[in-house]
Amino acid sequence: MSWFAKYSRSSIGAKHVMAVSGLLLLLFAVVHMLGHLQMFGGQDMYNKYANFLQSLWEVKWPTRAGLLAMVLVHIATAMSLVAKNRAARPVGYAVYRPVRSTAAGRSMILTGLVILAFIVFHIVHFTLGQVQPGVFHTLDAQGRYDAYSMYVYGFQNVGLYAAYLVGILLLSVHLGHGAASWLQSLGFRHPKYPYDKLGRLTAVVLFVGYMIPPTAVLVGLIKLPGA
Amino acid sequence: MAKSGHDLIDIKVHVWRQKDAKDPGKLVKYDVAGVSTHASFLEMLDILNEQLVAKGEEPVAFDHDCREGICGSCSMMINGRPHGGQKATTACQLHMRLFRTGDEIYVEPWRAAAFPVIKDLVVDRTAFDRVIAAGGFVTANCGSAPDANDNLIPKEHADKAFEAAACIGCGACVAACPNGSAMLFVAAKLSHLHHLPQGQPERLHRTSAVVTAMDAAGFGNCSNHYECEAACPKDISRDVIAEMNKDFAKAAFIHRDRSTKADGGG
Repeated sequence: MSWFAKYSRSSIGAKHVMAVSGLLLLLFAVVHMLGHLQMFGGQDMYNKYANFLQSLWEVKWPTRAGLLAMVLVHIATAMSLVAKNRAARPVGYAVYRPVRSTAAGRSMILTGLVILAFIVFHIVHFTLGQVQPGVFHTLDAQGRYDAYSMYVYGFQNVGLYAAYLVGILLLSVHLGHGAASWLQSLGFRHPKYPYDKLGRLTAVVLFVGYMIPPTAVLVGLIKLPGA
Repeated sequence: MAKSGHDLIDIKVHVWRQKDAKDPGKLVKYDVAGVSTHASFLEMLDILNEQLVAKGEEPVAFDHDCREGICGSCSMMINGRPHGGQKATTACQLHMRLFRTGDEIYVEPWRAAAFPVIKDLVVDRTAFDRVIAAGGFVTANCGSAPDANDNLIPKEHADKAFEAAACIGCGACVAACPNGSAMLFVAAKLSHLHHLPQGQPERLHRTSAVVTAMDAAGFGNCSNHYECEAACPKDISRDVIAEMNKDFAKAAFIHRDRSTKADGGG
């Protein structure tokens, strides 16, 4: 596999590693968002979905392991690229005026690190139940874990809502650049497909899709069962 | 433009002065008075240098050759943009009519580890030559020029090859890139050959070889910012980088390179 090691350490190989790992994480983000939109289907639908995911350990653990691996590969490659890029320009310009690059593109490393912190917080909050332990793993009327109520309790809290708003905003900005970037990195550019627009569209869809259910909770459109 | 046909402007120029590769260098401010708006940016530097020589000072060293926008010699950051930032324009074709009396203009050399400063605004761009030497050519003996229409090449392919061949190797893409990446240059050289039949037999080997040389030269990596495309005085599109990215994957995953086999077999 020496050819693969050489390939993955090359500048373009590293681009491909970033693109593929980023794309898989982006696909997860889209599926995860669609899952949460089921909050609008009510407690029974959401809890059925949540318990369905939890019960499939053959899928759950490989998925978790795969996501962790992708996150680690994505971050490690990014760190190595940042170090090489800094070394490629040891002396900077007194005056430098970028015109084509976007703030989203230039701040990928920064938004990426904040998103890492956000993901850790999110896992501590909803997977480990350590942020609001009082409402974690309560049971619904059918005896299932009541993910629906946990979600509602979470976003009735303005502070938590604000934290997720910032986290999702940065996630959308990051994935917006990524959604356009992976096509160029893997060489799928074609004049028929305007991927810059795809990037902006992805950012908007993710932000709106992720923030609609929490906002509905905050303004009282989605309520606790019986409330 | 004034009634007389041209104006004279007085400007302040901050120029990077560096004696040699070891000198840390610094920006030095010069007043340049009475510059014709018809002058090119390089002619303005000539005027400055005449003033410096008259005062017994060392003139500003800068690369230049054709002064008609086709050689790629003139390389300088002007107010934070390679070649001054006017669309598809080299520094020699940038004119002083774009400036006004009282303007402060910052002139710096290309900044990249792979392009060390030799003196003032002059950088060593032999890293580009090393990339070309690694594979920016066709090894077959082409003989004399073929008769027209001997090799039938679709118009679209010829156009694409020519668009890429317009690259003058000035290094503006490296200078503009936040990462000091040379991918637009390298990809243009590949695209030039890869849209023609003569470039096909060695296509994947060539891609792999020049990318390896590019990495070895110490250029940065592409983050898809496209500052290179905006800065290119020959308007070369980022499309060429996408082509290179795809070919590099093919070279890595599905190409068995003869040169990597000890017995020369393939």
